[in-house]
Amino acid sequence: METTRRSFLKAGALGALVLAAGGGIYRAVHTPRPRRFVLDGEARAALGAIVPAMLAGALPADPGTRARAIATTIDGVHTAISNLPLPVQKEVQDLFGLLALAPARRLLTGVSGGWAGADPGEVSAFLQDWRLHRFALLRTAYGALHDLSLGAWYAQPANWSAIGYPGPLKELA
Amino acid sequence: MNQAIIPDPILLGRARGWHIVDGAGLDADRSLEADVVIVGSGAGGGVTAEILALAGLKVIIVEEGALRSSSDFKMREADAYPGLYQESAARQTLDKGVKILQGRTVGGSTTVNWTSSFRTPAPTLAVWRERFGLADYDSDTLAPWFDMMEARLHVGDWQAAPNENNGLLKRGLDKLGIPSGFIRRNVNGCWNLGYCGMGCPTNAKQSMLVTTIPSALDHGATLVTRARAERFVLRGERVDELLCSALSDDGVAANGHTLRLRAKHFVVAGGAINSPALLMRSGAPDPHGLLGKRTFLHPTLISAGIFPQRVDAYAGAPQTVYSDHFLGTSPIDGAIGYKLEAPPLHPVLLSTTLNGFGQGHAEIMRQFPHIQGMLALLRDGFHAQSAGGAVQLKDGAGVLDYPLNAFLWDGARRALLTMAEIQFAAGASAVQPAHETARRYTSWREAKREIAALPQQLHLTRVASAHVMGGCTMAGDEQRGVVAPDGRYRGLANLSVHDGSLFPTSVGANPQLSIYGITARLASGLATALTGKPAPRVSA
Repeated sequence: METTRRSFLKAGALGALVLAAGGGIYRAVHTPRPRRFVLDGEARAALGAIVPAMLAGALPADPGTRARAIATTIDGVHTAISNLPLPVQKEVQDLFGLLALAPARRLLTGVSGGWAGADPGEVSAFLQDWRLHRFALLRTAYGALHDLSLGAWYAQPANWSAIGYPGPLKELA
Repeated sequence: MNQAIIPDPILLGRARGWHIVDGAGLDADRSLEADVVIVGSGAGGGVTAEILALAGLKVIIVEEGALRSSSDFKMREADAYPGLYQESAARQTLDKGVKILQGRTVGGSTTVNWTSSFRTPAPTLAVWRERFGLADYDSDTLAPWFDMMEARLHVGDWQAAPNENNGLLKRGLDKLGIPSGFIRRNVNGCWNLGYCGMGCPTNAKQSMLVTTIPSALDHGATLVTRARAERFVLRGERVDELLCSALSDDGVAANGHTLRLRAKHFVVAGGAINSPALLMRSGAPDPHGLLGKRTFLHPTLISAGIFPQRVDAYAGAPQTVYSDHFLGTSPIDGAIGYKLEAPPLHPVLLSTTLNGFGQGHAEIMRQFPHIQGMLALLRDGFHAQSAGGAVQLKDGAGVLDYPLNAFLWDGARRALLTMAEIQFAAGASAVQPAHETARRYTSWREAKREIAALPQQLHLTRVASAHVMGGCTMAGDEQRGVVAPDGRYRGLANLSVHDGSLFPTSVGANPQLSIYGITARLASGLATALTGKPAPRVSA
């Protein structure tokens, strides 16, 4: 994993080029592009790897419950994106388009195989890298994934008791 | 359940026959005509609508958001942010360095604000007079307007004890010998719930939604909702009409139908960012390149204190204690000063504000009931190094380019240090500043050393704003402002601006009451100009 991390960090300049071109490439190969955000195949798989990394420590341990909690949260992320203004939805679509492209994924995240089988350690490592990255674009991408994942989790009443939040007054809610 | 306990003034008004046109319900283009069209239903638009309607003028109010009211306000962040805020409460500056909370619903930000009510501070007005030629903007001249609007909106001292979140701010300040004050609030019969930011479920908050807008509608005004003001059609030095796009049910996309609104006079009150953006899209005259410039944010730093006792920062009146001490430690045009307040904490707001992810993030979230939140609002716009941001159009929408510079970062560092010191003085067992590389510090000694060394940089330091001001600067001459001191837009004979975008600097205090008082005066002047009669005085 150390090697992957180092080569990822060295990929800086090339990474910037890919990043600049990535949205365009994605749009070129996915025309006609829908006006509203769509969470399809590999993009959903990317979230399937990112959400558990963001929520490590908050997710339930039981495998079945955990899988359902992740699926519900991904749906919540999808809903949150669908409520954003269309130009912002386009930005998020470009980010997921980039994550879905295998070469960009390898270069920018260091995640070697597909998202479905991604190693949780690798996913955490790339999020840490993006969080403090010297490219503002990757830091903002991290910020979006952070807010979408954590926001979708803590928006759910089912997850309030674990943090000691009683929720609003039931008589009025 | 809700409807049975709390009467909903909007449902009652609809039943009385209010004129409401919902853009999302249109199946064809539509034209409407009035004496005055007001763009925006927030602090400036609401006040203006009531005064003009009471003056006997036929008024149309256009709002981009939907008409939601107490029956809809269920105190859930998942519904409130997409339903009631600009860009689902995820609006950001161009470089994504500052997160911006602005309302987008009938009542605008007043429907979702935290009720803090301050008159425009005298030192701010002094700068407006001296540097922007706003000769009659002084505390004495404005006092009757503030008196009138405070009475109209039940602004008064908060009678209950501060909640623990605010109490800790007070106790920490007391311990350090730093003066503080209590915040006045625009509430009537407040239940002390703590959910002001999600729309008041009991109609106690005297927002525009339950005061001026219903009054205007009772006096024959028309409210157009889910309609985005696209552009004014100009003819010579006059506005001919306003073109609006009707929106889909969820308010995200245009539904293909257009509303044409014609009037003798137009008032822009869409709030900072949106107001200058509308004028830019319309090609409004801007001979000195000022439109959209000098937009201010009160860039806000955040510190989380963890206490042995429960704080329950989600419960109780959200903002009741403040300190202006650090606005006065340097001259107003010196190193940037800051106002201290406490924010309410709710799970989505807190979890997205706290930096980091995974185990560390989950661990601090489990401390939720023990977390005290503190805010420092930087008073921007008074120094040469604090010229604010510039609104630009991106895909037709207004976006604020607000560069964070060394002058602001210096203030950020001092503010994070101050807040940590206060939290430790109040008995915090740990303090974690909202900063990507900050750790959880367990003593003031450690925090002092570590916070001083934190890199203050874009995306590393968390910066937020709930107060967007400026961009349609009001000034005594056209070299300094696109709007005249009477609110008239220079170069367009029948256009006024009545909202926080007028302010030539930030206010240095939560801006709602500044907007109420100043736009009440502007709207009264406009009513007299349009009717030839004395303006009506509003009352509760």
